[in-house]
Amino acid sequence: MNETTMSWAVLLGLGAFHGLNPGMGWLFAVALGMQERRRGAALSALLPLGLGHALAVGVAVVIALIAGVVIPINWLHWIVAGTLISLGVSRLVWHRHPRWASMRVNAGALTFWSFLMASAHGAGLMVVPVFLSLPMASAHCHAMAGSTMTLMNALLATMVHALGYLLVTAIIAVLVFEKIGVGVLRKAWFNLDLVWATTLLGTGLVCVFL
Amino acid sequence: MPQLLPDQTFYPSPKMAIQAPSEKFAYVALLNADPGAPDAMAVVDLDSSSANYSKIIHQLNMPNVGDELHHFGWNACSSCLCPYAPHPHMERRFLVVPGLRSSRIHILDTKPDPRRPKLFKVIEPEEVKRKSGYSRAHTSHCGPDGIYMNALGAVDGKGPGGIFVLDPQTFEIKGAWEADRGPQYLSYDFWWHLGHDTMITSEWGTPDMVENGANPELLLAGKYGHALHVWDLNKRRHQQVLEMGPEYQMALELRPAHDPTEAYGFVGVVTSLKDLSASVWLWYREGSNGNGSWKIRKVIEIPAEAADPELLPPLLKGFKAVPPFVTDINLSLDDRFLYVSCWGTGELRQYDVSDPFSPVQTESIRLGGIVRREPHPSEPEHKLNGGPQMVEVSRDGKRVFVTNSLYRAWDDQFYPDGIQGWLTMVNADQSGGMSTDGGFLVQTDGFRPHQVRLQGGDASSDSYCFA
Repeated sequence: MNETTMSWAVLLGLGAFHGLNPGMGWLFAVALGMQERRRGAALSALLPLGLGHALAVGVAVVIALIAGVVIPINWLHWIVAGTLISLGVSRLVWHRHPRWASMRVNAGALTFWSFLMASAHGAGLMVVPVFLSLPMASAHCHAMAGSTMTLMNALLATMVHALGYLLVTAIIAVLVFEKIGVGVLRKAWFNLDLVWATTLLGTGLVCVFL
Repeated sequence: MPQLLPDQTFYPSPKMAIQAPSEKFAYVALLNADPGAPDAMAVVDLDSSSANYSKIIHQLNMPNVGDELHHFGWNACSSCLCPYAPHPHMERRFLVVPGLRSSRIHILDTKPDPRRPKLFKVIEPEEVKRKSGYSRAHTSHCGPDGIYMNALGAVDGKGPGGIFVLDPQTFEIKGAWEADRGPQYLSYDFWWHLGHDTMITSEWGTPDMVENGANPELLLAGKYGHALHVWDLNKRRHQQVLEMGPEYQMALELRPAHDPTEAYGFVGVVTSLKDLSASVWLWYREGSNGNGSWKIRKVIEIPAEAADPELLPPLLKGFKAVPPFVTDINLSLDDRFLYVSCWGTGELRQYDVSDPFSPVQTESIRLGGIVRREPHPSEPEHKLNGGPQMVEVSRDGKRVFVTNSLYRAWDDQFYPDGIQGWLTMVNADQSGGMSTDGGFLVQTDGFRPHQVRLQGGDASSDSYCFA
């Protein structure tokens, strides 16, 4: 596997990892299905969740691109690394309680919720170093930022990541809603915040050496 | 220390919580009969295999006098599993214990030994008032995004009463909750339908209406609370008044259906000015989609009982009757049985509320009462005073715990000989029916017990986001 293929696989895998977290969406889909007592309500939550997540990642990647125009790429790496590491540390010691959400949501509110959850957890930021490591992004970052090619790549990276997220979210949501039941939460909801914070830290550190 | 797995006392749904293991002990708020001595939190042993079964095994005195411990709650509960704001690795660890008269809030730590809770933090009344704008803190519920607490009144002892929020990790008071309170002025209890983003609040009276005892002039003028308020839980805005009419005085405890898909609940009303009856009302949302407006209707009426004026306290002599005074109600986790305390007549009733619109009475037991003084089966010669007041149901619905004190100033009006505190257990049959447990009577000499909280949760401590 060459470096580029590796980066795309990591993008997909990070998406899957984000989807695994009950706090990132699948549990909300299950709850909405249970609240309305129909599978359709769970299924129709999936696309807004995926869209919100993709938006969070897309925004982070585009911000990195724009930053890449004005900030030298090696500086950018340090900035992204610094942000990731401090976010990771802060999530290790402090768990925030979001206050923007509620149970009765339409597609728009659900998209917004997913966007905020992903952003607040640094999901988008986690993707940035991987994106920057793509030859298309990093090599041309200076010269070609803002060009069609780079933007297409950003869009593609976001979609690959969101695909990984959506696949895992959908599979778990349907499985839990149809077969397993939410009782599984009590035994299987490992504290992903720890893993998550560690991943943020790890990505930050990797970014330093990229 | 972060938890690796969710707190095992958190359950996604009430159905799962019913399967929880039986509680081994209970926390009981004790009001000191001597107003010059501190109130306390007692721990009662409920492990039937223990040598100390049905005894107080620990008592933690509060650091000040004059608090009037009343209701209390947990820092975290099953609502931590709610999908929109999940933080499942919190711990059900701290008891949040307000003083209803002092406005002082105590945080008790139940770790490392849950049978010996320790004082962890005290939020002094000045700070509560300064940061929330309210005084006389009352009910505490663990919400998905913080600890919600309400208060009877404003800082000056008048209205409005309202709700404020505490940070569930630092216990910092984050301020008044309401963004728009509409016409709401009186306050007593609050709870919510998490599945419908709806909060319900009830009405008693402002501090200056209750702290010197029930005021007959205000009562006969219909000035105590007689409505519920419906709020948008997310937008923190008042939505609707559910008016019962000024004949109905004092709408107290709120028991919404535990099933989050349902949109109905019960409220107890202390008395009617027309005939001194007490009542239970059902609030519900019209329309199958849960998008209609909220309504309220009376579903249970309990008549006053004729009595010899000689046996009645001064306030009631003229009526020649003893009112039931429904002061607390509680709903089993399966939303099937409603327990109704009649503190005046000394009765605990059980209703099957499978059809919430038409409750069917399944049992009645008698204990104490203003006139009747019905003895406990364990001491048939000893006339009990006080009556069933706070009632708490175990998660499996098999054990019901009852205490006999209401509120100091009101205790003395209706039981002028003074409340001799007791806590008893009632065994409930899952197909309907109940009986007082002859082997369980905790007498709290010198103290008057109020709310009971069971280890790991009970039928009024947790709320759920999954059906």
